[in-house]
Amino acid sequence: MTTTKTVQPPKPPAGGGGLGNAAKTVLRSRWIGPVGLFLGAIAPILIATPYAMNVMTSALIFVMLAVGLNIVVGQCGLLDLGYAAFFAVGAYTSGILATRLHWPLLATIPAVIVVTVLAGIVVGGPTLRLRSDYLAIVTLGFGEIIRVTANNLSITGGPEGIYGIPSLSVAGVDLSNSVVFYYVVLVIVAAAVLGANRLIRSRLGRAWRFIREDEDAAEAMGVHTYRVKMAAYIAGAVWGGLAGVLFGAQLSAISPASFTFLQSALVLMAVVLGGMGSTPGVVIGALFVTMLPEALRGLSDYRYFAFGALLIIVMVLRPQGLWPARTREPARTARRSATFDGEVRIR
Amino acid sequence: MSALLDVADLHLAFGGVKAVDGLSFQVHEAEIVSVIGPNGAGKTSAFNCITGFYRATSGAITIAGTDVTRLRPSAVAARGVSRTFQNVRLFGDLPVLDNVRAGTHLWLRQNVFDALLHTPRYRRTEQVATDEAHRWLDFVGLRADRTGPARALPYGEQRRVEIARALARHPKLLLLDEPAAGLNHNEKLELLELIRRIRDLGIAIVLIEHDMGLVMEVSQRVVVLNFGREIADGSPEAVRRDPAVIEAYLGSDDEPAAETGDHEPATATGDGERPTETRDGERVAETGDGEPSGEIDREAGADA
Ligand SMILES: Nc1ncnc2c1ncn2[C@@H]1O[C@H](COP(=O)(O)OP(=O)(O)OP(=O)(O)O)[C@@H](O)[C@H]1O
Ligand SMILES: [Mg+2]
Repeated sequence: MTTTKTVQPPKPPAGGGGLGNAAKTVLRSRWIGPVGLFLGAIAPILIATPYAMNVMTSALIFVMLAVGLNIVVGQCGLLDLGYAAFFAVGAYTSGILATRLHWPLLATIPAVIVVTVLAGIVVGGPTLRLRSDYLAIVTLGFGEIIRVTANNLSITGGPEGIYGIPSLSVAGVDLSNSVVFYYVVLVIVAAAVLGANRLIRSRLGRAWRFIREDEDAAEAMGVHTYRVKMAAYIAGAVWGGLAGVLFGAQLSAISPASFTFLQSALVLMAVVLGGMGSTPGVVIGALFVTMLPEALRGLSDYRYFAFGALLIIVMVLRPQGLWPARTREPARTARRSATFDGEVRIR
Repeated sequence: MSALLDVADLHLAFGGVKAVDGLSFQVHEAEIVSVIGPNGAGKTSAFNCITGFYRATSGAITIAGTDVTRLRPSAVAARGVSRTFQNVRLFGDLPVLDNVRAGTHLWLRQNVFDALLHTPRYRRTEQVATDEAHRWLDFVGLRADRTGPARALPYGEQRRVEIARALARHPKLLLLDEPAAGLNHNEKLELLELIRRIRDLGIAIVLIEHDMGLVMEVSQRVVVLNFGREIADGSPEAVRRDPAVIEAYLGSDDEPAAETGDHEPATATGDGERPTETRDGERVAETGDGEPSGEIDREAGADA
């Protein structure tokens, strides 16, 4: 059945603001990624002490975690309180394979992806059918189960964990120098941020947001909400697992103490603080959450108190987050309008 | 030719409440069928069964020959069905354009790798989604800003966006649940014209509506529900004269299908004979804007 019908010509696109406004918009959107990467690249030139490199590398790994959790919580609206579990699954999978089977760390990555996807399916499978409050409870439990399991199994090294994890090396070249390792992590995390952002700006990413906004309306438009939520959950799991690989490579040792509820809560805090859903916001939120306690180190025992107080102040002053999600809409070009002008086809 | 939508002996019970109690009707291609009935008659429940949101207690729903009775809503949508909700349900925080892009979800051919690698297909499909969104917003005549969040729009505009979203699905069948509720007189006239233009695209429409003027004007067939039961199915003229329908709308305590209550025929006829836009318009003007002119059931409710 084909019916053709004429509609009224489209209205001209809404005019943009002033020039300064436009420049601001560009700076705040399209160029934010390259600018961020550039800042990350020059940071070691400013301070390259081993301590600073360590802190900055940890911050980057934390950025990757936050961007992964942002897909689950910020985009899809699924409250995950045990996200550190995927971080742990990734770190342990690669740590065990690297120390017991002597796999190069890079070679463990496909295995980590498989295991985290499976973990995502096992946890998400039954719970994503339910409303999201159940998910919060189940993920909270899952986070604890993973930690307690790691604490008690011998293959995971019990409370001492796994040590002697080799650092990253490519084709025999050792990348363990703290500055070199920083740059490697920077490239990987930049790719992870870019990848997450591209997913967010796609058909799948839109479906995630439809579910966050109104699950029933999303279903009515043909979004298979269960599968699409599963996709978000699995993407989050993979991002978290890969961050775990980097974590193991950085510290060369992992133990259950690194994967507590506090860790999950901090990642969640980065997502909320940054402005749920917005990628630049979440990156900044993650840097804020990792760097601030370091900056407050002078306050010694009071630093976490000061950190908490600062967080409260930020959330009171900017409840929408440091950098809330905004939309950048592509304008409708004359060419495109002309192509479709006045024609509505129904198949 | 078989029907596009075939509802056969549909039953739906919530505990003891029989929300839908033996509903059967058919809709053919490019047909406009209205479903009317007093508040709580089971109209929305029937929609929810057809679209997979409620699971029918018994009965069968067939769309273009396929049984959809047990399918989930997204699978029903995949069979070519789109709907709007009685209380507008947009994705409030998302831009208006994204709301309409939701309609393209089912047919936009773009996968995860296209998105990650920004393939030419990604660019092409994103452009198509944007153009479609604009096209349908033009079609429904949205005047407001399209880049801002949907919740910022006035109510009438939100209703348009919801219809645009449903149309971007390219449905064969469109279910509208009280699209005129809360619209002013002018908006109702535009809606009437919009419904006809949608039908002219070859889309069949099932319309739940309390505004009798609109129903009588636009429908080819009217199905009347009362207490979940189907009490009439026929042309607008036939339904308007149907004694059972008049009785139901008078809110008699008797069985809806009982004899005509000839003690109050004046009201019933008066309501029934407001088929034209003008007369309806006068009535709306009297009652004031923003109030749906579902006077029939309101009066009935007051009487009962
Ligand atoms: N989810 C539900 N749970 C329990 N009862 C329900 C549910 N949905 C509807 N009902 C009941 O089913 C009956 C029919 O409701 P429905 O919403 O279908 O009526 P309607 O014809 O759409 O009315 P209105 O004109 O007011 O929209 C009512 O008695 C209602 O209370
Ligand atoms: Mg209803």
